[in-house]
Amino acid sequence: MNFWQYSSPQYFYPLAKKMAIIFFVLACILTVWGLYIGFFVAPTDFQQGESYRIIFIHVPAAWMSMIIYLVMSFWAAIGLIMNTRLSSMLAQALAPTGALMTFIALWTGAFWGRPTWGAWWVWDARLTSELILLFLYIGYMALRASIEDPRRADRASAILALVGVVNVPIIYFSVKWWNTLHQGASVSFTKSPSMATSMLTGMLVMALAFWMYSIAVSLVRVRRIIRDREANAGWLNESRGAS
Amino acid sequence: MFSAFLSVLRKELLLAFRQKTDVVTVLFFFLIVSSLFPLAVGPELSTLKIIGPGVIWVGALLCSLLALHRVFESDFSDGSLEHLVLSGEPLSILVIAKIAAHWLVTGLPVVIVAPLIGLQFGLPSTSLILLVGTLLLGTPVLSLIGSIGAALTLGVRGGAALTSILILPFYVPVLIFGAGAVVADLQGLSIDGHISVLLASLCISVALAPLAIASAIKIALE
Repeated sequence: MNFWQYSSPQYFYPLAKKMAIIFFVLACILTVWGLYIGFFVAPTDFQQGESYRIIFIHVPAAWMSMIIYLVMSFWAAIGLIMNTRLSSMLAQALAPTGALMTFIALWTGAFWGRPTWGAWWVWDARLTSELILLFLYIGYMALRASIEDPRRADRASAILALVGVVNVPIIYFSVKWWNTLHQGASVSFTKSPSMATSMLTGMLVMALAFWMYSIAVSLVRVRRIIRDREANAGWLNESRGAS
Repeated sequence: MFSAFLSVLRKELLLAFRQKTDVVTVLFFFLIVSSLFPLAVGPELSTLKIIGPGVIWVGALLCSLLALHRVFESDFSDGSLEHLVLSGEPLSILVIAKIAAHWLVTGLPVVIVAPLIGLQFGLPSTSLILLVGTLLLGTPVLSLIGSIGAALTLGVRGGAALTSILILPFYVPVLIFGAGAVVADLQGLSIDGHISVLLASLCISVALAPLAIASAIKIALE
């Protein structure tokens, strides 16, 4: 079997369906397991009480928001260099999930910050750079949405994603430096280094669950994009009956 | 290659010179926007002194954004951009010429006027000199990064607003270190780091932005 044939939307389309189902099932199992650990096994935190339990959602979402930007830019770059349609479609499919993860991370962070810091929002370096990451996702999707020709949209948004990848570390470190200079919100994320093992396990299981969910939902979305863009291709109408 | 650079630069400057309203509009926009802040915040000089460098930097940033759509848009719509691409000269060099011209007619006037607004905000003379220095280093970076957005949105609906959404996040580091240098100096802190980072961003963006812009223009013209 030739592995590269799956770079063609025609062969990837049925494969994506099978994979999406597997990843959805895994995501459900891992979420139930992770939330069980998070709510019933992990002990109450000595300093933060019950409110710390948001980390089982918050930390995985924050991780995914950054990882998805990298993966999205990777596929966009591959699409730009190798001129492969499916890579660009994958990049397009990943963007909304990445934006959603960024939003969840910010939102749950605000919920955690209110009881812990006494403020919904502080201009902490991480919060600020996460907010800018959300703007980057929005820019990427806005550019793509406003260009009608899909191939041009692929390439233009790929360039934007690459400019973003170069800039993300610069933005992160400049915001970090800005924050230490201002000394305003001297709230640090660094908690006590010792974390109960069950907390760590719960967080890692939830992170895996978020991975599975992101993959599954991106595959479903890429199938929709393929259906949209290849509507005139003969194979789609033939396979519609089969799969 | 160098003569092509010069001829594009000369053409752009001539066009700007014949169409003075464009330049003047940007300049007055800068003056008006910066004057709105004291009206909104209140006339206490102690407050104005703190927000002054930031306000002037945000004003310069908005000016750069306001003028961006003119860098390529008219050349794109009348077809002369296509001729530049087909001319056989390296496109990134021609792009640098266009951006240099753009900065000379919109960025430089803002830098020159900035100390005047600084005086209104009660900044001391050392801060005014530093403000001009950081703006001199920073506004070319704004023009270079902004032109990537302008090139990506060529001929796209909602171009100007879209460019702002694409580009503003990338302006963050320049804003932080540009305004930060003046603020740090007011607080008696060292500013070597800020200046080094501004210089580094200038070097990186001069090296990389024209490549991104050139490929964005080629995508738009396909």
